[in-house]
Amino acid sequence: MNIKHLTTPIKDEDIMDLRIGDLVYLTGRLITGRDDVHHRVVKQHRELPVDLNGIAVFHAGPIMKERADEPGKYDVISIGPTTSMRMENSERDFIRETGVKLIIGKGGMGLETAEGCKESIAVHGVFPGGCAVLAAEQVLDVEGVEWPELGMPEAMWVMRVKDFGPILISIDTLGNNLFEDNKKKFNEVKEEVLPELYSQVDYLK
Amino acid sequence: MTTSEKQKFIDILAAFTGYSSKHLPDDVVERLTLMREKEDSPMAKLFYDAMFSDLEKASELDRPCCQDTGVLQYFVQVGSGFPLIDETEDSLREAVKKATIEAPLRHNVVEIFDEYNTGDNTGTRIPWIDWEVLPHCDSVTIYMYMAGGGCSLPGTAKVLMPLEGYEGAMKYILDQVTSYGVNACPPLLLGIGIGGSVEVAAKLSKKALLRRIGTRNKNQKAAELELKMEEAINRIKIGPGGVSGNASVMAVHIEQAGRHPSTLAVGMSTGCWAHRRACIRINHDLSYELLTHKGVTL
Repeated sequence: MNIKHLTTPIKDEDIMDLRIGDLVYLTGRLITGRDDVHHRVVKQHRELPVDLNGIAVFHAGPIMKERADEPGKYDVISIGPTTSMRMENSERDFIRETGVKLIIGKGGMGLETAEGCKESIAVHGVFPGGCAVLAAEQVLDVEGVEWPELGMPEAMWVMRVKDFGPILISIDTLGNNLFEDNKKKFNEVKEEVLPELYSQVDYLK
Repeated sequence: MTTSEKQKFIDILAAFTGYSSKHLPDDVVERLTLMREKEDSPMAKLFYDAMFSDLEKASELDRPCCQDTGVLQYFVQVGSGFPLIDETEDSLREAVKKATIEAPLRHNVVEIFDEYNTGDNTGTRIPWIDWEVLPHCDSVTIYMYMAGGGCSLPGTAKVLMPLEGYEGAMKYILDQVTSYGVNACPPLLLGIGIGGSVEVAAKLSKKALLRRIGTRNKNQKAAELELKMEEAINRIKIGPGGVSGNASVMAVHIEQAGRHPSTLAVGMSTGCWAHRRACIRINHDLSYELLTHKGVTL
């Protein structure tokens, strides 16, 4: 398990040698982007309010709190990753159109994203799911919010982070896919254990 | 009932909801602690370390331990003699609004068709309330569940024909666990409902998630099946976060209802490791006890 620190703007050569199973810590800029942000970029072709070239997109919908003494300025209360697989049908186009280099979420992504990571030089990594206060403590500053009309979870929050991680690389620039590999192993064992369960449930008389 | 009594009821329910977003129940922490001790792969240990560090920080900073505080669901067992029975539904709605600001909780309710976030975690039929009336009783027992997106996604139910029945149910559930379950923040709590029609199976599968970890179904065969399923699914070694490890589930809970001779319905609900399930009993005089978090005063 290799450990690497990345700083934005991330260049292709920074991530070319990363392999699935490696750990990454990110310093620099990220945006949050979930279903609606992907929909606006990929399906509605809206103009990007922030330049995403070389930065990270975090599949996450945070709990934010507006400062009482500073309207329009927000603090992060909790921000953990959301299920990346929901963005599978848009991610390949999203990577190509935005130039993001690091996609952070939870759980695996599929073949299309792996192709996208290969052709546009990007990686997908997972932040431990549910660890939202841990992640919030690694956010230095919330620079702003774009598309706030999408609501708190779906808006595009722009943040600066320091040593943000651990991020476990699950898709690398060669298209290797940790979770797809894992699922193959899981399914093999499933086929072994199912007959044992079948014999357990012979209840009909 | 006076206005101040109703306000006190709302305050208790709001504090109960907020507290439960920040602290996992005792049985879940206990089970995760045991599972963590048995892990030896570096990746799985790294994930458990992150999980426990998160729980500590959430407690220390008084914040929701997971950002997805879910769509609020309350399973209410109300005594027919509970003095605030008429006010319970309204009080729960008001408590959700209050907790949303005070905890704070994430805005999670999107109206169907009109597709906008209501911003206060209430909406059409939300918070979702499930009612049971207890005769000859003057207290109310309320289970709260924060139905997060990640762990709601694997939810499924289906009506099988009896001849494909129990075996078909096993395959149906395990297929779902090794596909959708992997992304739902394992180690999972697996709730399974079996009955005669789809809504009965689905609802029982959620009620199975409310049971304390370590308890077993009262039917001997069902209790044995719970254990066998735990052993079988743990052999798949999904690990924390799906990164593989020594186990897959915190537990498997089954709940059942009598079926029709021609049907066998099965439902599955999953709870993530951050299983925010809480239970409170509130007495007629509004004294209360948290049954899932021992010794806690709100």
